[in-house]
Amino acid sequence: MNKEAWDISIESLNGGYGSHLVLRDFSAVMPAGTITTILGESGCGKTTLLRLLLGLNRPQSGRILFGGRDVCAMSDRQFHKLRRRFGVLFQDGALLSSLTLAENVALPLVEHTRLPRKVLRDAALRTLELVGLDKFADFYPGELSGGMRKRAGLARAIVTEPPVLFCDEPTSGLDPITAAQMDQLLLDMKACYPHMTTVVVTHDLGSVEHIAEHVLVLKEGRSAFSGSKEELYAADDPYLRRFLDRKYEESRRMAAPPLDSSVREALSEWLDD
Amino acid sequence: MKEICAPAIALLHRLGDMACFLADGFRQTFRTRRLAGKVLRQVYVIGANSMFVILLIGLFTGLVLGLQAFYAMSMFGAQGMLGSLLALTLIREMAPVLTAVMITARAGSAMTAEIGVMRISDQIDALEVMDIHPIGYLVTPRLLASLITFPLLTSIFTVIGIFGGYLSSCVLLTLNEGRYFSGIESSVTMDDIQGCFLKAAVFAVIVILVCCYQGYNAHLRKDGKGAEAVGNATTSAVVMSCVLILVADYVLTSFLL
Repeated sequence: MNKEAWDISIESLNGGYGSHLVLRDFSAVMPAGTITTILGESGCGKTTLLRLLLGLNRPQSGRILFGGRDVCAMSDRQFHKLRRRFGVLFQDGALLSSLTLAENVALPLVEHTRLPRKVLRDAALRTLELVGLDKFADFYPGELSGGMRKRAGLARAIVTEPPVLFCDEPTSGLDPITAAQMDQLLLDMKACYPHMTTVVVTHDLGSVEHIAEHVLVLKEGRSAFSGSKEELYAADDPYLRRFLDRKYEESRRMAAPPLDSSVREALSEWLDD
Repeated sequence: MKEICAPAIALLHRLGDMACFLADGFRQTFRTRRLAGKVLRQVYVIGANSMFVILLIGLFTGLVLGLQAFYAMSMFGAQGMLGSLLALTLIREMAPVLTAVMITARAGSAMTAEIGVMRISDQIDALEVMDIHPIGYLVTPRLLASLITFPLLTSIFTVIGIFGGYLSSCVLLTLNEGRYFSGIESSVTMDDIQGCFLKAAVFAVIVILVCCYQGYNAHLRKDGKGAEAVGNATTSAVVMSCVLILVADYVLTSFLL
């Protein structure tokens, strides 16, 4: 385990897809050794921010610093070397479908070390045990449920004991019990690896309540809040209150059924046929 | 002017991109860990799994060629040349081209679909963030395996085709088998066999380049997104591979003759 804890600083970041700018002048700090949750509405730029942090997209301007190292000023080679210290849990696990769970979890070790196969498999099994999937080591991802795939994805993300762990919506699409297990797993990781800086992108307010030590809220590509969980709950900003209290916008209420009479007539003809 | 040039510029850009993709595929040969195991697996997927279809197509190509050539040459009393005609046709043209087309249909399409699905389901992004070069992991083993399997399968196609020709012209019809095999021996030279292997190797690179490139860039397609993009990429890969095989065949033949 790398004992060095890394903070993540983002300064005046602009990024998006082609000419479509998603993040505008975005600045934030994710403290070292904490679990930071990134909250926000769908389409506000959470996944874009994650892709920029992972180097999968290039920012148009601004700076991203990991433990004080500016990745935007690095060469590709330097950045790839730095990225070895990231663990990433993608939304659906992103496990390689042609490999078993044990092979998936061992993959980073297989590709970057010269350890014997027995040692690699043992390491994979021990990590799978941590997420409660050691009995499914020889199953393929397609044979597992969504929650199991996410847990296996988490096992693969931590097998190299990275100082920075990114999780993209780890509880989305899971039932409340499995989601709570996933949250607990992240807390257990934190207990096992106290120096790990964890960044969790989520919609799930229950998860925030359970795991967050630091919270970032995004609104239309900009930072709407940055602070502790307690500060978030005490905030009186109308947008944050609406978000936390799950209140809709009056302007988005449905005034009338969306279908006009001609469509409804056609539908009833079809239904009566 | 800009609008007129745009398609040409886009084509040039794409060709350049494909050239870089291919160069990267070969360059990763020296950087990919545990490459031998990955290559062997692909030899099995591309080679062993395509064997049955190659045997079947090779046999029937030989049978039909023998039958057609026997009756056509009987009109001139030149049945004795049948062995030469059949062997040269197979070695110089039919075997490399049909083998490449069959492998495109059998393994190339599957390759595009597999890599395309990996692309749209974040699996390639996952490889990147694990610092595993996606081209080294996905393309290089296939490229090297194809350079082994295409010439081998082409040889097998040729041998089975010659056997098919023997069955139809000597066993089912009345040609003397001595004349059939002596015709082959007297007409086929080492240059023909070298040309056959050269074509097989060039077709291997074309098929793997096109199929892997289409799957790898499935997410950038403008004619569809998600599963539709993977389907369209697979269709494009098969069509483009077949066309390029025939174009390359003409170019190579004009240099080899």
